[in-house]
Amino acid sequence: MTTASLRSVYPAAPTPLSPESGRGLGRGFDPRVLRREFPIFVNNPDLVFLDSGASAQKPRSVIDRIADYYRTDYANVHRGVYRLSARSTELFEEAREKMRGFLNAADSREIVFVRNTTESINLVAQSWGPAFLKSGDEVLISVLEHHSNIVPWQLLRDRIGIRLVVAPLDATGGLDLAGFEARLSQRTRLVAITHVANATGAVVPIETVVRLAHQRGAKVLVDGSQAAPRLPVDVQALGCDFYALTGHKVYGPTGIGVLYGRYDLLLAMPPWQGGGEMILHVTFDKTEYQEPPHRFEAGTPDIAGAIGLGAAVDFIEELGRDNILAHEEALTGYGVDRLSHIPGLRLLDAGQRRLGILSFDLGGVHPHDVAQVLDQRRVAVRAGHHCAQPLMEWFGLPGTTRASLGVYNDERDIDRLAEAVEVAREMFAR
Amino acid sequence: MMDLRELYQDIILDHGRHPRNFRTIEQPTHFAQGHNPLCGDRVTIYLSLDGDQITDAAFQGRGCAISTAAASLMTEVLKGKTVEEARTLFAQFHARVTGDEPIVLPESLAEEAERLEPLTGVKAYPARVKCATLSWHALEAALKGGGPGAPIKTE
Repeated sequence: MTTASLRSVYPAAPTPLSPESGRGLGRGFDPRVLRREFPIFVNNPDLVFLDSGASAQKPRSVIDRIADYYRTDYANVHRGVYRLSARSTELFEEAREKMRGFLNAADSREIVFVRNTTESINLVAQSWGPAFLKSGDEVLISVLEHHSNIVPWQLLRDRIGIRLVVAPLDATGGLDLAGFEARLSQRTRLVAITHVANATGAVVPIETVVRLAHQRGAKVLVDGSQAAPRLPVDVQALGCDFYALTGHKVYGPTGIGVLYGRYDLLLAMPPWQGGGEMILHVTFDKTEYQEPPHRFEAGTPDIAGAIGLGAAVDFIEELGRDNILAHEEALTGYGVDRLSHIPGLRLLDAGQRRLGILSFDLGGVHPHDVAQVLDQRRVAVRAGHHCAQPLMEWFGLPGTTRASLGVYNDERDIDRLAEAVEVAREMFAR
Repeated sequence: MMDLRELYQDIILDHGRHPRNFRTIEQPTHFAQGHNPLCGDRVTIYLSLDGDQITDAAFQGRGCAISTAAASLMTEVLKGKTVEEARTLFAQFHARVTGDEPIVLPESLAEEAERLEPLTGVKAYPARVKCATLSWHALEAALKGGGPGAPIKTE
């Protein structure tokens, strides 16, 4: 990305960005050069960061945008008549519009700011759930899910008596579409499913899932935590009813996330938290609520977080989402190839398409022992069950070691990973 | 950062690969389960007591090299000890791995403390201290409760 183009996005940016930074090579951008835009790598030059699936590192433009906002434009939103508050509100709503563009939603009122993906899913479970589901209705999830797309439905089950149904995987580790279809029943009201599985990288064919679900009259909520940083997401093309994502995995700050919901659905949903910001008129007898999205944003929101997330979206769009996808695909392929040559290493199956995540078992060596050796060699990965214990159980493993990719990773990072895994293998060989 | 071989000394790797007393005791007088929710590791400790004396100690479960080796070494040093001695050993071991004020041991337990020395490398790795102490916390729960009870915490 060039100074000129970033300047045009951030006219107020005080820190000049190096002119050669991230300039596109053949595949769109050079990860090595791009790393200079991430202060964490400037401060930790030897770091091989392969844990973006847990949380991505932040580009300078995001960090600076948040600091700038606090320095020059900060005030509470949707309240003050003074100019600074109006400016702040404008920036906050601009960020909403950026998220609309990021997901290609039809209307920015379909973008609800929340804390993270977990809160997005809980919002749907606690607002839409009791309003539209009754005892005996079914919510269909899959074996691939993160705990955050399991537990909210269990809470709803315990509260109103829905049934939680789980679609299996096929022999390749992908969603078993026939098994999925067989579990869609007359009582299925909602399919809640991941777009890219956090523990294996398996990509779920959402268009097909949506088509099958809608044929039965069921709504579809997509957990886009791992997909949003990797794939171009078009909620209208996908046809889904809800799409949840978190800011910190798309190179944005922590504490901010998005729930996309089709406007007619949001409009019919009751508030889930009460307070300021979400009301039209309050008396002690009765309160009239705001229309979406503000109905679901009680209290002062994470204004700086939303604006920082907007900056992250600018960063992503400037790299090009097709370029990011091509980069993730190429590097995933390289990683699969490189790791497959390590004796005793078993990559978790991820179906027909794996994206951005390399999860493996090293001949039964405990993942924490593997990760400890990797850390010694400055390779940061995640070890354990990845908040997907039912999926680990499906594979018959207590946990795995997981390397997950970001825009700043390249083949050398994978080489360093593979070398460190070899060291671990030798150390713990039985 | 210290050399990783301080953490994974040969004795740890050996006990991690080939744990001793890795079995159940048919009719234990005391047993308890330890669970570390952070990593999913589980260990069950079985004890046979004759009066106040530990006549047999064994364990089952799954864990990393450190927690497996810690349980293995613990069951080795416990045999023949009194309950009081076991508790003293734990208190002293706990202090050593967490860097707390050291506890002076009676001369009679010096050899056992020496046996546990290789595990003290975890003190440079705060995230791994629980791996070394999980089986000891389960031991304490077993001595306290005697029965299955709820899985104990590792704090």
